[in-house]
Amino acid sequence: MGKILMKGNEAIGEAAIRAGCLNYFAYPITPQSEVAEYLSRRMPEVGGVFLQGESEIAVGNMLFGAAGCGARVFTTSSSPGISLMSEAISYISSAQCPVVFVNIVRGGPGLGGILPSQADYFQATKGGGHGDYRLLVMAPASVQEAVEMVMTAFPLAEKYRNPVMILGDGLIGQMMEPVEFPEHLRTEPSNKDDWATNGMDTRKSNKPNLVKSLFLSAELLEEHNVILKAKYDRMKQEEVRYEPYNIDTDYQALIVSFGTMSRVCRTVIDDLKAEGFETAMIRPQTLFPFPEEPIKQAALKESCKIVLSIELNMGQMVEDVERSVQGTRPVHWYGKAGGDVPTPEEVIDVIKSFF
Amino acid sequence: MQREVMFAGFGGQGILLIGNILAHTAMEEGYEVAWVPSYGPEMRGGTAYCLVVISDRPIGSPIIRNPMHLVAMNHPSLEKFAPMVKPNGVVVINSSLIHIGSNRDDVDELLVPANDIANDLGSIKVANIVALGAFVARSKIVDFEVLRKCVQEKFSSKEKLIPINMAAVEEGKKAAR
Repeated sequence: MGKILMKGNEAIGEAAIRAGCLNYFAYPITPQSEVAEYLSRRMPEVGGVFLQGESEIAVGNMLFGAAGCGARVFTTSSSPGISLMSEAISYISSAQCPVVFVNIVRGGPGLGGILPSQADYFQATKGGGHGDYRLLVMAPASVQEAVEMVMTAFPLAEKYRNPVMILGDGLIGQMMEPVEFPEHLRTEPSNKDDWATNGMDTRKSNKPNLVKSLFLSAELLEEHNVILKAKYDRMKQEEVRYEPYNIDTDYQALIVSFGTMSRVCRTVIDDLKAEGFETAMIRPQTLFPFPEEPIKQAALKESCKIVLSIELNMGQMVEDVERSVQGTRPVHWYGKAGGDVPTPEEVIDVIKSFF
Repeated sequence: MQREVMFAGFGGQGILLIGNILAHTAMEEGYEVAWVPSYGPEMRGGTAYCLVVISDRPIGSPIIRNPMHLVAMNHPSLEKFAPMVKPNGVVVINSSLIHIGSNRDDVDELLVPANDIANDLGSIKVANIVALGAFVARSKIVDFEVLRKCVQEKFSSKEKLIPINMAAVEEGKKAAR
């Protein structure tokens, strides 16, 4: 199959189907409503389920129920919708159910606006819901990468029995770019008999499975949290993904940026290079686990004077960048949060102001 | 080399569609492309615009303040975007609806009475395709033959619309002479 021109939102919907996910529950919200529009047409064609819930709260709990029964399931929403789902996300994380969430982030807080934003970095990587849980968070920078991340998200969610969050923004959702889908459909995994409440028919043992998040005894809850932590630690060992850019030069500034903002930064690095000024970038593809060690090492390069976290928010990822750099270089933040994506020229002015 | 085209007009003039066809054509020719719509809060009948970025290497920032070219289908969009076009760019003006110029002496201004030409062909709805044909013929941004193929493909599910749209592309090309 060759390349086709597709809107990010529609490509995300198609990617989920091709990953073998035939259950989609959602509630419409700009700027991701095209996913629901697309799947309302496409899911019946492939024998799948499209279900519009009465609210995001309902959708979150439908996802919990379906995933607990062993179904491969996903949803898409945007910032305020994800807030409403956050209670369910906490329960799903505790009960260790694999669910894929896509957040096409809009500006906040509150109702905010519908333009591109990365203001849900904290919500996605540090909680959102209550309790000690982590989501595996991936951030695409193109429509093609959004497709690849959606298709990777399902096996990862099942490998860890943990929700995976894909953090996009309005531009990734609304923009059309050429995409290529892999030919084959993924098949259903067979490892669910050990834990899902998927009926006794197919199971070898007679032991009933229990999907729950209530552990009233201190001992059992402690044990449960230790198990979860081990899982998050394993993610940190095995799932860090990032893309370095122009890193083999004697760069004077290291940029850390993800998603749409990282594309602007790529142009910035090219333009500055043409002027004879070298800068480099680490683009986190996973926001949790965060590429701490690669950023630390890149910052330590002798030529590197400063580290810049450039984000579409008022300074969120910068805390993780500071944590990674560990005080070895000064860390600065630059960003905008109204929906107006900074141009390369604006970012270049900011970088030059430090030299 | 990267080139950017801004298409702008009223909602309903088929602005997003001609941007889509150009992006598709460039993709068929092997270029990297991005099609970025305006999706901010707009009222019905408000302005609609989209930006098409065409490049021979991966596209960095798809957010462009100063596009290389402009196709303006109504008066407000010409006023808004003409000052932003880069020098030596092509500015197509739908002179059926716009009675002013770009007020620039450093761009290649092309007046195309797209609505009148479309009316003569039998439907005002193809004014966008006339403008697209004129723009591609003048800017040579993509191969005209590939554009023909992509226009045809775009209407493949509504076959009875193919002849009038093919005629519109040709009339646009003539208007660009």
